[in-house]
Amino acid sequence: MMLSRVAERVYWFARYLERVESMARLIQVYTGLLFDLPRDTGISWHNLVIASGSHGEYNRRFTVQDEKRVVKFLLEDLSNPSSLASSLRMVRENIRTTRDMVPQESWELVNEFQIYVSENIAQGLNRRFRHEFLEEIIKTCQQINGLIADTMRRDAAWHFLNMGRSLERADMTIRILEAGASMSSDLIDNDTNHVLDAVWGSVLSTLNATMPYRRTMKVAINGDDSARFLLQDTLFPRSVACGLLRMQDSAKQLPSSENVVKCLDKFLKTVNDAKDYSDVKVGFPAYLTELEKNSIVIHRAIQETWFQPT
Amino acid sequence: MTKGADKESGGIDWSQYQTGGFFDEMITEKGGARKASQRVIKYLGKLSREELESRRVAAESTVRDMGVSFTVYSDGENIDRTWPFDLIPRVISAKEWEQTANGLKQRVRALNLFINDVYHEQKIFKDGVVPEYLIKDSKNFRPECVGINPPKGVWAHICGCDLVRAGDGKFYVLEDNLRVPSGVAYMLENREISKRVLPELFETNNILPVDDYPTKLFNMLASVSPRKVRQPEIVILTPGIYNSAYFEHAYLAQQLGVELVEGSDLFVDKDDCVYMKTISGLERVDVVYRRIDDLFLDPEAFHPDSILGVPGIMRAWQAGNVTLVNAPGAGVADDKVVYAYVPKMIEYYLGEKAILPNVETYLCDDPEQLKYVVENIEKLVVKPANESGGYGMMVGPHATKKEHEEFRRLVQENPRNYIAQPTLALSTAPVVTGPGEAEPRHLDLRPFVLQGTDLSVTTGGLTRVALKKGSLVVNSSQGGGSKDTWIIAEGGAK
Repeated sequence: MMLSRVAERVYWFARYLERVESMARLIQVYTGLLFDLPRDTGISWHNLVIASGSHGEYNRRFTVQDEKRVVKFLLEDLSNPSSLASSLRMVRENIRTTRDMVPQESWELVNEFQIYVSENIAQGLNRRFRHEFLEEIIKTCQQINGLIADTMRRDAAWHFLNMGRSLERADMTIRILEAGASMSSDLIDNDTNHVLDAVWGSVLSTLNATMPYRRTMKVAINGDDSARFLLQDTLFPRSVACGLLRMQDSAKQLPSSENVVKCLDKFLKTVNDAKDYSDVKVGFPAYLTELEKNSIVIHRAIQETWFQPT
Repeated sequence: MTKGADKESGGIDWSQYQTGGFFDEMITEKGGARKASQRVIKYLGKLSREELESRRVAAESTVRDMGVSFTVYSDGENIDRTWPFDLIPRVISAKEWEQTANGLKQRVRALNLFINDVYHEQKIFKDGVVPEYLIKDSKNFRPECVGINPPKGVWAHICGCDLVRAGDGKFYVLEDNLRVPSGVAYMLENREISKRVLPELFETNNILPVDDYPTKLFNMLASVSPRKVRQPEIVILTPGIYNSAYFEHAYLAQQLGVELVEGSDLFVDKDDCVYMKTISGLERVDVVYRRIDDLFLDPEAFHPDSILGVPGIMRAWQAGNVTLVNAPGAGVADDKVVYAYVPKMIEYYLGEKAILPNVETYLCDDPEQLKYVVENIEKLVVKPANESGGYGMMVGPHATKKEHEEFRRLVQENPRNYIAQPTLALSTAPVVTGPGEAEPRHLDLRPFVLQGTDLSVTTGGLTRVALKKGSLVVNSSQGGGSKDTWIIAEGGAK
């Protein structure tokens, strides 16, 4: 027995928690990458805004694209709905109304988490303390996910949580690949192809995928194989195919899931049928846009099946 | 000042504690600890200043981490506030408590008989014990409830009775909350906090547990289900996250293992049954523990523009297909004028003398009493008959001349709507006011009484304390805080 409204909030709780972690990872890795790259690459802090998927909002409000503006916008700006602080606020709002569904301690953890972030956000803006601050955020997200993994009964609430988290991860991976493609294209334009590998290295490490990639693909880091691994590998938790399979497992445990399972099948086929990711200027970005559309279709199917009461 | 160095590092110096002529819950006029409080007082005196301070800080951060909060509406925005918790428990002896609990059960039994009578034969009016006009003019009388028979004849299943201790050291009932009384979650959380920050005292004192309340509440709710099924479907209906007591609604749902629903989660079908919307379709609901006021409960029956309620739920209740807890219309006895008649009700319905006394109450609609109130307003506490949360009241000795005039006018314009009571010398208990310092502050006590098949009372209840020196207002919305309440069995040690 589970209320439709509660299912929806649990699902969004997991999505927003995943967004908090993704944003922290993204800023973490990007800060590192920008220090490594030579100055003439044409890659700027603004690529980070693109990777976070909020460039529309940013460009509407700001013209300056320096580190301070960008990091502020992505970390603490509550008027930016995809900032880390906004996502964390939504994590709390959603768990606040569903705390009877998740392990009791997760509510305490989320509370402490929000207090920590609001008291220490200045450290994230300061380059010298940023690493430590973001590391703490990532750790706390992992702690909450670990608590849920270890103590939560595999009931309907868990399946909605799992679907929310997996879909958000798949989304994030697609966006990071988009950022990788956009940076690669900038590098080619600026004739700085020699740092292409550094860019794909950062794409992999944003997703904690560097070692798993090396062991699985057994080739040096390059764009084409990175994309293949992050899209098609069925065993790496942050790859798109793996996330979709996990969603399917959960969907099948829930009542009247036929339509959602069907949509997931179609999405998986689109992922598995791709062969070539080398056209970083046109073909690959267009393909990623196609995948994003699939992800929206899945979300709508979930909404119609379980969240919208009849 | 030879002992100065010692005092600097020592804990609370009880010899400096001034009860100021009030009855103190834990310290006698002579400065010694009351019997049940002895171990607690001694322990706090021995704790070093640093240690006491670190416990206080630990309690504060526990409150914060547990997310114990209430919501206040301020500057157009809803803000979550943590409710100030005072470290020092308020101690009551088990022997005294037993007697008090009996008084509370007796009172709630009579109140339920009264409400049932009001909506049926109205014998108590016919017999001239309570004047009928009280009910006719009451804004909490619901014609929709006349002739309805809720399961077991119970209307007020959950009652929060506010007790105060006056200068003579006796408990008095200040008011009965029969609509949607709140605070029990704070009682339970306060115990969790004090177990974490004062664990040693639980080893040396026989402190009676409070945590059986959720089980008792669950059993009570199940006992009034209209369908005789093994597992009746019970839900808690909340107005939503912006309600000041939302924390409690969510907390209780979690403790009871029942669904916390909002109005939009429920739906009344053509068969006059209540259903909830779930991921597998519609599910029949038997008992709704509603935390929404009567008038917002059903837009079909009451406020048509209420978006909090469930259209048709009154229809389902009248048909006997769902039990509403508390029943609609129970508030008819939750009126400060009706309150004045409760001791008479106890005699009338139960043939017993009231165990717990009322606070002396002047009814403004009696010309003689009104005259007294107008002439003595600066000494009295004047309360509207139907407000809760301490709103709209005036404490004579603390009010300005202008406020006295204002209330003289109010009581004369609408005498039925006001009562007055002498300003009580509310009892005090020590509150930590600084590192190693404790001062007396006024407090009250809200125990909760449950009535289904059986009657039960919480072990103690929620102690609310006015944190401002000299203040008598304990409401959380107006600068109050709370304390854990310890019922300690005689003999003390385990």
